[in-house]
Amino acid sequence: MKKIISLTVNGVSHEVAVEPRRTLLELIREDLGLTGTKKGCGIGDCGTCTVLLDGVATFSCLTLAIQADGCTVETVESLAENGQLNRLQQAFVDQGAIQCGYCTPGMLMTTTELLRRNPHPEESEIRRAISGNLCRCTGYQKIVEAIQTATEDSDE
Amino acid sequence: MSDYRILNTRAPRVDAVDKATGKAIYTDDLRRPGMLYAAILHSPLAHARILNIDTSRAEQLPGVKAVVTYREAGTTPYGVSPARYDETIFCHDKVRYVGDEIAAVAAVDQDTALEAVRLIKVDFEELPIVLDGRTAMDEGQPLLHEMHKNNMCAKVNWHFGDIEKGRKESHIIRTDHLSSKMQDAAFMEPQSILAETESNGNLTMWSSTQAPHYVQRTLAMALNIPLHKVRVIKPAVGGGFGPKASCSSAELAVCLLAMKTGQPVKLTFDREQVFLHSRARHQFFHTMTTGVKKDGSLSFLEHKCILDGGAYASFGIATVYYSGSLLGGPYRLKNMKYDGYRVVTNKPACGAQRGHGAVIARALFEVQLDRIAEELGMDPIELRLKNVMEAGETTCNELYVSSFGMREALEAVRDSAAWKNKRSSSGKIRGGGKGIGAACGFFVSGAGYSIYRSRTYHCTVVTKVDEVGGGVTVNSGSADIGQGSDTVLAMITAEELGLSLDDVQVASGDSKLSVDLGAYSSRTTLMTGHACREAAQDAKRQILEAIAGKMSVAPETLDLKDGFVVSLAGEIDFSELRKEYLQEHKGFVDLPDGPQLTFAEASRVAFLELGTIVGTGKYRPPPLGGSFKGAAVGTSPAFGCSAQVAEVSVDLETGEITMDKITGAHDCGFAINVTQVEGQMHGSIMMGMGEALMEEIIYDKKGRIVNANLAEYKIPTALDVPPLDAIIVESNEPHGPYGAKEVGEGAIMPVIPTILNAIYDATGVRIDELPVTPERLMAAMKAKKDKKG
Ligand code: FES
Ligand code: FES
Repeated sequence: MKKIISLTVNGVSHEVAVEPRRTLLELIREDLGLTGTKKGCGIGDCGTCTVLLDGVATFSCLTLAIQADGCTVETVESLAENGQLNRLQQAFVDQGAIQCGYCTPGMLMTTTELLRRNPHPEESEIRRAISGNLCRCTGYQKIVEAIQTATEDSDE
Repeated sequence: MSDYRILNTRAPRVDAVDKATGKAIYTDDLRRPGMLYAAILHSPLAHARILNIDTSRAEQLPGVKAVVTYREAGTTPYGVSPARYDETIFCHDKVRYVGDEIAAVAAVDQDTALEAVRLIKVDFEELPIVLDGRTAMDEGQPLLHEMHKNNMCAKVNWHFGDIEKGRKESHIIRTDHLSSKMQDAAFMEPQSILAETESNGNLTMWSSTQAPHYVQRTLAMALNIPLHKVRVIKPAVGGGFGPKASCSSAELAVCLLAMKTGQPVKLTFDREQVFLHSRARHQFFHTMTTGVKKDGSLSFLEHKCILDGGAYASFGIATVYYSGSLLGGPYRLKNMKYDGYRVVTNKPACGAQRGHGAVIARALFEVQLDRIAEELGMDPIELRLKNVMEAGETTCNELYVSSFGMREALEAVRDSAAWKNKRSSSGKIRGGGKGIGAACGFFVSGAGYSIYRSRTYHCTVVTKVDEVGGGVTVNSGSADIGQGSDTVLAMITAEELGLSLDDVQVASGDSKLSVDLGAYSSRTTLMTGHACREAAQDAKRQILEAIAGKMSVAPETLDLKDGFVVSLAGEIDFSELRKEYLQEHKGFVDLPDGPQLTFAEASRVAFLELGTIVGTGKYRPPPLGGSFKGAAVGTSPAFGCSAQVAEVSVDLETGEITMDKITGAHDCGFAINVTQVEGQMHGSIMMGMGEALMEEIIYDKKGRIVNANLAEYKIPTALDVPPLDAIIVESNEPHGPYGAKEVGEGAIMPVIPTILNAIYDATGVRIDELPVTPERLMAAMKAKKDKKG
């Protein structure tokens, strides 16, 4: 039995009919066509599906769509403003924090939450924050550096 | 080198903005009208005879469009090495591992497809299984394949020089062992496949592959379709590291379903299927006996290895050769004997993974060097420096190293990591839980030969200049799987044509665009780079000839720089040429008005004179290697080399290992993109660290993987990986474009032994079974204590 839910995704409100067992990830990728959010495992082990649910970094593969009823969702597609990369995205691009890019959307969303909470995190706080987001390409070095660069920029 | 404008910089990747905004399209992001969803029936048993497959209930399920088994697929054998084709699209006589593919379904949605798979009934007769690679060849063991007698699918028996002579010359001889576990490449993007047919019989498959060319050939062969009617397209790929280099049963099955239904069909693996399909790192059992003279120079190496490769040959033939051949360097070693055996067992098939075949062999050899240094009372880095090869030398197995910054790399890590302050010079270990270790390694910069026997060019590039003027498109069948090859091609083209990166488009990863053998054996920068440079130069020549003709000057007096035509023979008045361009662009703004002719004008004029301008380039390595059997594997136009120093802390109470720092130096010849070279080094170090300390596939007694997920199969997180320091060494490779050679795999070679040697320095304990988990380390420390006690 489908249930009608309403939620705001990247500032746009939607009303959708979903099966109770449909995940938020499936809703985002398949029903709304926002394929920036990735599915690396589907069972909460990799972090590639991370979105912000009412501002909190959340594995959308482990969240049912109906749990997001009445909530605000932010995905990677919301980060750039007027076609301009935001500071964090720009740092990822400039520092070489992106290789295959499959972990990137989740990594950016986790970091977005971190920087809202704590605009000047220590390196150890950065590493702890992204430790649920696996990356197999970069060794995390340039990701950490990019996040540090983004926080330095904010001092100016 | 500094006169390059674009090369040797930190230019951002050409695909980075799309990846940072979620716009990059990976295979699973694609959707086609009328698309069906596929699911696969995998074997629940490790070894069994198939008595009957009943698909009738699945076929009757509403929403099911096709069910296919070997009856529809046929049983044309395929695989990687043509002499060892031992796979069929679906199992027909037997299943050989838990996960082997038996049938596939296409249905209107995913749930229906999965339900239909559950309704397929297979009657099996269970057979005894082989799980231990060490005993798989023994008499009386169940046989997996008729074609692999004694479960051995390849053996190598090499003897270069004379090890007996080497033995006699030796002052110290020691024998050591090292074994590893099967590993998973754990790329973040699970394999995904979408296939579609056209009414004329053309088949297009989008796939997260590393090698569109080989996959195209295998699809055509196994499905019996003319080669030119098969097109393989690689969208953005979320990492490959080797396992995505061979054509899979799933790719074949999805194409077959698309052909049967006439509708597009998609399949994306779940994470468990990634583990089941595997084609990742083999399990290795190495024994080495190494001798050195009094002064520390190497006198011989005798090496035996069994490789457990799971149920099928896959890349394993190349793997068993690489395990032996890549010990020929980076040290002067005149006498080497190698006996390698690649066996099959009832586990998922192994294939190529970063550092193909060579990482565990390298690990043991480098550990041996440290143990020998200790016996000699010599600093382990000094021992290595004493033995390193220099550019221009040839290994005993006839690998010629045309550039070789091994000494420079080793000295760089030694100095950067302040080795001399941290390591006791007497060769004694530090102990007390703090350790430092070093190691080296080397690797091919592109396999010297294609996998099928052929004189084929390894790559061609077609660079087309936009007829409207201003931009160019590089067309290449090469595969950017995250390593950044598209960016390298764009940078080379922009450099040659004097353009900015924004004016160069790269179209790649499509078998229709050009021939390219794909992303494996660290070949793209050197090989496709050559072809790309040649194509750009060809296009440039045509443009300049057209302009020179118009201006009645010699083409050699013209060049393309910074977006303009420059004259080397004094100023030229281009105003006549410009007139025509301006006339064509009435109503446009920002038209050229300076004294120089812009690239947009020049390329437009060239089109008006000559028609479409297309530059082409090609590359094929020169004949390489010796005449002995298997000499082709390990050959390469160039070799990269790497040195690393690791610093670790070990909790002596719990065996917990903390990586404090890894310093690496890699000789990539010339860094086309500095950031990307560092990125490859970082990624290699992290993968090696996972292999050294945490990664192992665990099987139960029935051959089922018990940890087929990323929670229990642990890979390093941001908390595990220490700060990484990447030092680039540039030795200017004569056979590489602009002096460039590989970095994608060479940098993984020293990682494991660097860490093992550091752990020994911290604890005084040697472990001969990887990965070194805290449990294994604790057990070894306890055993040592008990022995002493
Ligand atoms: S897909 Fe959600 S955590 Fe992996
Ligand atoms: S960039 Fe490939 S997984 Fe992070």
